[in-house]
Amino acid sequence: MIVNEKIAIDHGLKEDEYKKICQLLKRTPNITELGIFSAMWNEHCSYKSSRLHLKKLPTKGKQVIQGPGENAGVVDIGDNDAIVFKIESHNHPSFIEPYQGAATGVGGIMRDVFTMGARPIANLNSIHFGSTQHKKTKNLLRGVVHGIGGYGNCMGVPTIAGQTSFDSSYNGNILVNAMTLGLVKKDKIFYSKAAGLNKPVIYVGSKTGRDGIHGASMASASFDDKIEEKKPTVQVGDPFTEKLLLEACLELMAGDSIIAIQDMGAAGLTSSSIEMASKGNLGIEINLNNVPCRETKMTPYEIMLSESQERMLIVLENGKEEQAKKIFDKWNLDFAVIGKTTKSRKIELYFDSVKVADIPVNTLVENSPMYDRKWKKAKLPKRNKINKDDINNLKIIEVLKKILANPNVCSKEWIWQQYDHTVMGDTIQKPGGDSGVVRVHGTNKAVAASVDSSAVYCWAHPLTGGKQVVCESFRNLISVGAKPIAITNCLNFGSPENEENMGEFVECVKGIGEASSYLKFPVVSGNVSFYNQTKDQGIKPTPSIGGVGLIKDYTKMITMGFKEIDNLVLVIGKTEGHIDQSLFARVILDEKNGPPPEINLFNEKNNGETLLKLIDNNLIKSAHDISLGGIITAVSKMCINGNKGINLKKPKYLISEIEYFFAEDQGRYIVEISKKHQKKVLDILNKNAVHYDELGTINENMLFLSEKTKVTIDELKGFNTNWLKEYMSN
Amino acid sequence: MKISVVITLKKDVLDPQGKVIHQALDGMGFNDVNEVRQGKYFEIDTKETNPKKAKDEVEEMCKKLLANLVIENYKIIDAQ
Amino acid sequence: MKSSVITFPGSNCDRDMDVALKKFGFKNKMVWHQDVELPKSDLVVLPGGFSYGDYLRCGSMASKSKIMQSVINFANSGGMVMGICNGFQILVETGLVPGVLLRNKYLEFICKNVFVKISDKDNNYFKNINNNLLELHIAHNEGNYFCTNDQLKEIEDNTQVAINYCNREGKVEETFNPNGSIKNIAGIFNKEKNVLGMMPHPERMIDPSLSGEDGSLFFKNLINNLK
Repeated sequence: MIVNEKIAIDHGLKEDEYKKICQLLKRTPNITELGIFSAMWNEHCSYKSSRLHLKKLPTKGKQVIQGPGENAGVVDIGDNDAIVFKIESHNHPSFIEPYQGAATGVGGIMRDVFTMGARPIANLNSIHFGSTQHKKTKNLLRGVVHGIGGYGNCMGVPTIAGQTSFDSSYNGNILVNAMTLGLVKKDKIFYSKAAGLNKPVIYVGSKTGRDGIHGASMASASFDDKIEEKKPTVQVGDPFTEKLLLEACLELMAGDSIIAIQDMGAAGLTSSSIEMASKGNLGIEINLNNVPCRETKMTPYEIMLSESQERMLIVLENGKEEQAKKIFDKWNLDFAVIGKTTKSRKIELYFDSVKVADIPVNTLVENSPMYDRKWKKAKLPKRNKINKDDINNLKIIEVLKKILANPNVCSKEWIWQQYDHTVMGDTIQKPGGDSGVVRVHGTNKAVAASVDSSAVYCWAHPLTGGKQVVCESFRNLISVGAKPIAITNCLNFGSPENEENMGEFVECVKGIGEASSYLKFPVVSGNVSFYNQTKDQGIKPTPSIGGVGLIKDYTKMITMGFKEIDNLVLVIGKTEGHIDQSLFARVILDEKNGPPPEINLFNEKNNGETLLKLIDNNLIKSAHDISLGGIITAVSKMCINGNKGINLKKPKYLISEIEYFFAEDQGRYIVEISKKHQKKVLDILNKNAVHYDELGTINENMLFLSEKTKVTIDELKGFNTNWLKEYMSN
Repeated sequence: MKISVVITLKKDVLDPQGKVIHQALDGMGFNDVNEVRQGKYFEIDTKETNPKKAKDEVEEMCKKLLANLVIENYKIIDAQ
Repeated sequence: MKSSVITFPGSNCDRDMDVALKKFGFKNKMVWHQDVELPKSDLVVLPGGFSYGDYLRCGSMASKSKIMQSVINFANSGGMVMGICNGFQILVETGLVPGVLLRNKYLEFICKNVFVKISDKDNNYFKNINNNLLELHIAHNEGNYFCTNDQLKEIEDNTQVAINYCNREGKVEETFNPNGSIKNIAGIFNKEKNVLGMMPHPERMIDPSLSGEDGSLFFKNLINNLK
């Protein structure tokens, strides 16, 4: 097939991009080469619309061992231990085939982590669906949850936390973001940078099939004679093979034979080989006849672009092939020497003794396009005037009932009970808390992780929203007693070619950058997912932030359930009564306009660090951050979790009870302290200039808003836990 | 009338179960096996008595629920 | 006391079991599924996980692996063999214990704490244990125990039921049955009661920081019984 502009455009390349390819090569590429360019230059691999803005994110810190640019980020947690982590999206495939799409998303992110030599110790996820009324939502939710569980459970890695939301902007574009944490010894981290000449390039794992081949849309008869069997663009996951691959890779990594290793994720053999060559400033030569194939008559184009799962590429030390092969034989996995490193700085591919591709590596990587897309700045919306009469007529218990049963607040037990969250025997905080926590096996340390997003705030004002998500992640870690270390981000947006969507991206990233820089909470890995849109309508901007923190002594971990009757409950941080964009405004008042709550980074940091100090001094019995649904929602969850009640009192400085209880001002926590520590705690709060209110005292089993207004904890539990179960059983 | 349907993964789609069953058979000494593909079998008993109509209806079921045509094929094997 | 934990391809609770056994005093060895000989053992454990990906039927392919012939011989000569979760599924597939494990009634994987009532203490696993109830943890997709009426009668006549799902007070009722298993059965013995298969994971309940500590009671009692 002779390549021309039309074929290039069918591959998703732009006219001028195709011209640039011809210029760089000083000739017309052949079809295999065109396929390689289109894969490397697409948004997913090249970050061509986002690179310019991502560069501005803070990525360094005292504990950062590896920032963005590798398979995953790495942070130091002391004693030669390090945590490898990353979050990644698998949105589009999950909409087409929810089970397999979600499963392979989980598989892919775990591979990114164990490629670096780390054993995965925890999975998390952030999943977003359309309106609960939408006809597809239920099946998509069920399929995604089964897929995440199906893969993670089989791998034997606990799924310790997550986030689920519903919003009609996801009706035609669900989001599935999967995150994995792995544990590695600091001196045994593996990277993807090839080094040395004439080193064998090894292929291991599953065989290559015609899975998810890029450019399938062109359905050219020359690649597929069976038109009725349209090539699948969704891969089928095989968690069993991945479990074997994990064990085999870790066994090989225990020795010293690996120079570089890279998993074959998006764009498979193409991106893995090119990344290794590019980082090592080398060339790679591959004989495609040696690639283990599942199907007969696969073409070089198909072999290079296949996205078959559960495969790895390794550059090995000379003479170690036999020893390595033995390990992969033991685990019943394919092992093949397919090429070698060269000094040419080119990717050279051979098939049936013919050279089928010859591309300088730098044309694919450094010279890939980078765009400064046009974007529109979002104005801060004006505040709404809330009609006091509307509020004063509301019955607060009825409002609370609606809020607790709201799909975005209600208990997600139906989901996380389907995930094995206790395998590996180190899960000390299960899903349903502020963060999931796992012990570092065999030590006194524990690692906390949480995943957050606030699409509504980001939609109302992207800059504030971007800051808010980072702050919420920070708070969720602190609430369990963990010192925040670093974050990974998964940036889900609409089209970068749409100025408004691009503006949302730019400003969210700016907000993320500002907050993470101020909080010393750097970004060490991440992924961008654009084009989450149906027709011209993009999703609400949804950056998901995965935060990781360290608890030095796991016996000091904090949970959110109230612990003891008569203990005192405080609100840390000031409540101004910000109702705009709160769940209350949207669900009860049906008011969608207005600015999100403001972020005061000084208060965030000061309140958070002071709380950590209190926790470290053993002065805190339980803690929970205040987010969606305000104080009353947070306090209800603490009651439900601890099976205790509370006598609430509203401080005098705010007029309306509703504003006090449902406002979503930021930087706040609810904490439980023992009365005997009251003076000590208040002294520390005062000394650090942290605002606090006394919220109430814990009782046996009743939430009292006043003498007359009360509700039992069992009722609260009913509001909160039944909704999702009932929704899914209908 | 009863109609049977077999759903299989499309030819080019990886069948992890089939692959592992194949390996296990091999390990047990069944060395002549070229490939194993696993599928699903449905028996649908419908009130419809016209074979053509019943078949059409089952075909709709396959397209809308029983199979995901992105990765699976269906075959209606008999009507009786 | 010497124990052996078999690792099948896809086992994933093998390490957890190793940690638990060692914590309570066993000298444990990990044994690879392709080995032919079992090391000298007082207890053999088939751990949880997804052997062979749970493909075809859970436990079916693992039950045919090389080491299993030795495990079967060991069990038939009176050796203690315990299968947890996927290990129970493997035991069922070998025929060492009767019945089958079907997919959970509500078709969903379940991971949570449950209470089980100890139904029989006339065996080396539960002899001398003070409690009648244990709080343990389950994590499975196929734990719905099923057998024919004749088998059930035989099992009950021989007091082969080891544990039943119940509530905090020890009531064995359908409401407290997480997976639809017949008569709330969570674990059973072979006729001689040297082989135990059960769905709950005692190895996940061995530390106050985890989901609970009743697993510790089980292991402490077990090693004392074997001494």
